[in-house]
This record gives sequence, C-alpha cells and structure tokens, in this order.
Amino acid sequence: MSEHGSKTAPIAGAHAGETRRDFIHIAAATVTAGGVAAVAWPFVQQLAPAADTRALSSAEVDVSKVPLGSEIRVLIGGQPFFIRHRTPGEIASAKAGDTAQLRDPATDDSRLVKGADGNLNPAILVTSGTCTHLGCVPVGPAQGSVGEFGGWYCPCHGSHYDTSGRVRKGPAPKNLAIPKYEYSSPTMIKISL
Amino acid sequence: MSGPSTYEPKSGFTKWMDERLPIIRFGADLMDFPTPKNLNYWWTFGGILAACLAIQIVTGIVLAMHYVANTQMAFASVERIMRDIDFGWLIRNIHANGASMFFLAVYIHMFRGMYYGSYKNPREVIWILGVVIYFLMMATAFMGYVLPWGQMSFHGSAVITNLIGAIPLIGEPIKTYLMGGPAIGDPTLNRFFSLHYLLPFVIAGIVVLHIWALHVPGNNNPTGVSVKDVKKDTVPFHPYYTVKDGFAIVIFLILFALFVFYFPNALGHADNSVEANPLQTPAHIVPEWYLLPFYAILRAVTFDIGPIPAKLLGVIAMFGAIVVLFILPWLDTSKVRSMRYRPVARSLFVVFAFASVGLGFCGANDPDKFVFNFGPDKVALVYTDTNRQPQREVSDDYAALRARQSALPPTAGAAIEVQSEGFKWLWLSQILGAYYFLYFLVFLPLLGVIEKPKPRPASIADSVRKKHGSATPAAAAH
Ligand code: HEM
Ligand code: FES
Repeated sequence: MSEHGSKTAPIAGAHAGETRRDFIHIAAATVTAGGVAAVAWPFVQQLAPAADTRALSSAEVDVSKVPLGSEIRVLIGGQPFFIRHRTPGEIASAKAGDTAQLRDPATDDSRLVKGADGNLNPAILVTSGTCTHLGCVPVGPAQGSVGEFGGWYCPCHGSHYDTSGRVRKGPAPKNLAIPKYEYSSPTMIKISL
Repeated sequence: MSGPSTYEPKSGFTKWMDERLPIIRFGADLMDFPTPKNLNYWWTFGGILAACLAIQIVTGIVLAMHYVANTQMAFASVERIMRDIDFGWLIRNIHANGASMFFLAVYIHMFRGMYYGSYKNPREVIWILGVVIYFLMMATAFMGYVLPWGQMSFHGSAVITNLIGAIPLIGEPIKTYLMGGPAIGDPTLNRFFSLHYLLPFVIAGIVVLHIWALHVPGNNNPTGVSVKDVKKDTVPFHPYYTVKDGFAIVIFLILFALFVFYFPNALGHADNSVEANPLQTPAHIVPEWYLLPFYAILRAVTFDIGPIPAKLLGVIAMFGAIVVLFILPWLDTSKVRSMRYRPVARSLFVVFAFASVGLGFCGANDPDKFVFNFGPDKVALVYTDTNRQPQREVSDDYAALRARQSALPPTAGAAIEVQSEGFKWLWLSQILGAYYFLYFLVFLPLLGVIEKPKPRPASIADSVRKKHGSATPAAAAH
C-alpha cells in the first residue's frame, strides 16, 4: 500500500533518509506539545493567589494610636508587619548605628518614608515582621525582649535587630524588610504587599 | 487472542528491567494487540471515554483544591471558583460540561455494543463491567451535582433520597444512612464530597478490569464474525488504532470545547445558579439530561398493581431499567452478533434507540402537559350548582358562556377557564417505557428463536475485500 511505500520514498530535493513520514511525525509532535502547553498553563496558574486573595493585600493603619516606645503588629494577607513608635533615645541609637559595621548596610533615613508634609517622620518605623533568617516573627518591646541592640530579638536562632530593624548579630543575613507604604494623611499609612 | 509476546528488549536497561518488572513488555504488547482491521468510528468511543475520565479526574482534583464542603460556604466557594480563581471558570466549565460529554460518549458506546452484539459470548464479562462503570458514573454525577449547593442540587438530591426511602423495609434506613440526619444537610454534603472524590478512582480500577477482560477474546467488530486468522483479519493496535482513536478524540474535544467556551450553561439548569433554599422547591424539578430517561420511567408508573403502590412500582421500574442491562447477554438468545445480519432485530433496535431518547424528552417535560393538542383550545365554565356540586360546561363559544356566567347567582362562584385537550407526555412515557422493557424482555429472547438471519461473511478479511471490491487479498496483506 502507498503509505508503506512512502516510508522509503524520499521527497524530491530533500536529504536522503528524510521522509514525508518524518515530517508528519515532527509536525504532529509539535502540535501536540503546543496543545499540552496551552492546557497545562491554566492548570498551573489556578494555583496562584486568587483575585479575592490579591484584593486583600493592603491595609490602612492609624499610626497615632501606637504607644510611644512600643509597637503594633498587623497581619496583611497573613503576613506580619511591625509599626513602631520610637522614643527620641531609640531614634538617636538608630542614627548612631548608621556608622557601625553593618552586615546589610543602610542608613536609618533610607528606611523611612516621607510623610504628608514631605518630611521624614523618624518617630514611626514600619518593617516587615518576618525574620530574614528562616521566617520566624521576632519579639519586641511588647513581648519584653528587644535584644542586645534595643530593636527586636528573634527567638528561633538568636538574631538581634537594632532600633532601625537592621540585623546586628545572629544568623539573619538581611535587615528586616521595609514594606511598600505611604502616608495618606499625617496619621494614616497604607501598607501594600 | 493476544498470543505469545513478540517484544524483544534491545538495550541493556530494557533487558535488565524485563527480568524484574516487565512493564515495558506490557506496554509493547498492548500497542501490538491484534485488532480487527474493519473497526469503524463507533469503536473510537472507548478511547474517548478514557479521555473523558482523565479530564474529569484532573479538573476534579483542581476543583477540590478550592471547593468547601459546608452548606454555609459551598455555594460561595463555587462562585469564588468562577470569579476569583485564575482560570477557575474554565476548569469548572470543563468539569460540569465534561460530565455531560462523558455520558454522551458512554451512551454511544453502549448503543454500539447493543447494535453489534458486543455483549454476547465470549464478552459477557466485558459488558457487565461496563454496566457497573455506567452505574458508578450515575452515582458519581448525582453526588457531584449536589456539591455546588444550588436549588437543583438540594431539591434534586431530596427527590432521589426519598426515592430510595420508598423501597420497603430497607429503604428508610438506607435513606437515613445516606443523609446522616433528618434532611439533606452538612453530613450529607460531606459524605457526598468524599464519595464523589473516591468513585472516579473506583471507576478507573474497573476500567482496567474492563480492558483486561477485553484483551482475552479481543475486540468484536462490525460483522460480529470472530477473528479466524490473526494475520489476515487484524492489524496491530499501534499505529492503526492509536491514530484513528486519536483523530476521533480530537473531533470529540472540538465539540466539547464548543460547549465549554460558547454554551457553558446550555446543558445545565438555571435554578442551580440560585443558592439552595430548603424552604422553597423550584417550580419544575428535573435531573441532569443524562438521567432523564430513567426519571421518565419512574414517573410513568402512576398506577398501583395489586398491593404494590405506584410510588414503589415506579422505583422498581427505574432500577429495573438498569438491571435488565446486566442480564442482557442472556436475554438475547440469537447466536448472530451483529444486527447487520438481523433485519428484524435491527429495526426493533432503531425503535429502541428512539424510544430511549424519547424517554429523555418525556423526563424533561411536565407529565401533564401535552406533546401535541388535539384541536384548538376551548373554554369551560366552572361553577357550583344549587346542590353544592361542582359543574363544568365546555364550549367553543366564549360569548355564550359569558352570558351563562352572568345568569348564575353569585353564590355559584362561576369562572371561565381555558380548556385544552391533547396527548399527555405521561402517556408517551408510558408507551416508550413499555417498549423499553418489551425490547429486552420479549423481543430479544423471542427473535433469537424466530428470526432468520442474513448470510454472514466468511471472515473479516473477506468482508473487507468485498467492501472495497478487490478480488485478491493483496491490498489487505500484512
Ligand atoms: C467520573 C467522573 C466524574 C463525574 C461524572 C463528575 C461529575 C460532576 C458533576 C455533574 C458536578 C456538578 C457540576 C456543576 O454543576 O458545578 C461535579 C462537581 C464537582 N466535582 Fe466532579 N465528577 C467526576 C470526577 C471528579 C473527581 C475525580 C473529583 C475530585 C478529585 C471531582 C470533584 C468535584 C468537585 C470539587 C465539584 C464541585 C465544584 C463544582 O460544582 O463545580 N469530580 N462533578
Ligand atoms: S528565623 Fe529568626 S533567627 Fe532563625
């Protein structure tokens, strides 16, 4: 039958050994691979955070409610954040730290954002509440332990953070991250993931 | 049929493997399986069904990642799948329409088997396993339909569980065990979800047995004539039928996609987009289309027979309609498999197929509405006479009735109604339901004795050669 014949009949001008059958095989495999990829995509993408989950990824906080020398903790989409009202002493110690030997160098000013009046507000420090080592939530003034540098202490493996949230001792490689946030009024901030 | 394995491991690894777990040999033998060379497209539905089962399992596992089996949250979780999960709308539409496509394919597959006598000796076990799969599919689909917790989910499941409650003695306890409480509620939803997840895998296991049983005698074929000479009558499954099945699956998926993307709700019911409300039953309660013929048989029984009340008789008839499928191999007494060579059985089969589809339409329609009207509508005057008896006067003349009405005293409470006469869906379902059972219980057993079959081809190779008009077997040589 003809289909058996074509197995050995070379296409005019093609290299010897290449047959129409090879072409059909390659074309079919290519179309199949394209189809599989097109179907696989939605089945993988459905695992991503859903629209309602994504919609819950910001929160507004009234910073005037944070007691001086302490902090409040908020969860946004299940992730913890610290909003700390620093005392003048803590601010001074954070500034002093700018010139110390730092594992992850950053000035205190670079870790603040401008308020509604266009000036930095050093009294309010907003950081992520996730230790950069393996993700524990460090303890702070409200839990009665601030570590050797006055900021936070991570009980899991002993990382110490200063009053600017910079890592000063222990296994954590990075400073506590500064989230995306902005002042929507002199006392309200909006934190987004 | 399969004969000795012709697989020969070539590389070092395949040789090593072959002595330990001959799984490569197993796959190679499957691909090499000698398959009648004359199978038509009705034989592609087995492959299509395998694809359907895989699609239901994959989409179902994804849905289960987002679905919440709790009466307070189930409906909202399905809405969330439709609106918030990336591609959730797609995956749910595939799963919901996939159930319909699955049943479409299984019905074609079963009618194929009935027409070509694939249930007969030596394939009875293949057939029975198939009916088991079909039964489990119905159970799976029924429980799946409860999960989105819409109005039809709730009230449909109430109807089905009450059906089971109609069975004497064991009915009530079974019903209570199914529901896990006085009514359909959280316990019911949770066990239905668990079973809805489990049963498809049970189905997959029985599919394995079904194919195992198939690989003992090998495929039937459109002539129904057994393979006589493996060389002349068969071709290897791969590439001949992998390609044919593959092509058919692609065509089937196009139809599937048409529903998923353009008519995703055409096969569903609008009431199921309304959250379940136990205090209010929808005006018109129907199951999904693929269960309608059985629903019609259930409702067709409106009469008591002796001590058996109509309600129980209906349930017996409905389950009986499935049970006859199990014993079909012994009901059909003819030795001739394919209806190509059974002129009388063939005509009765065609009527049977139409009757089955017709029963589906009966199930979808209100039994007391009319298939067609006997004539133009009339008007009727209804009132209470002086002896406090209800009276009804029918006429074509509205004005005359109107005059009669005003002549009656106010205490008669006279009113005018439209009066139509027609052929009720109920009667159609009684006729078609009767045919359904006659076909299995009377026609098939009798025909084997009284019908004179037409001559059959001597072999598969012979029938192929005749069809293609070549005298020599050369063209078909393999
Ligand atoms: C034999 C194969 C199957 C059939 C015939 C089937 C049938 C159905 C049906 C008819 C529905 C209701 C569709 C709707 O209107 O929303 C449904 C829903 C559902 N099924 Fe299946 N199913 C199958 C396999 C599976 C499997 C294997 C899983 C899980 C692993 C699964 C999980 C679900 C879930 C979570 C729902 C509720 C979500 C929804 O309503 O869309 N199904 N199924
Ligand atoms: S997680 Fe914080 S120190 Fe290890």
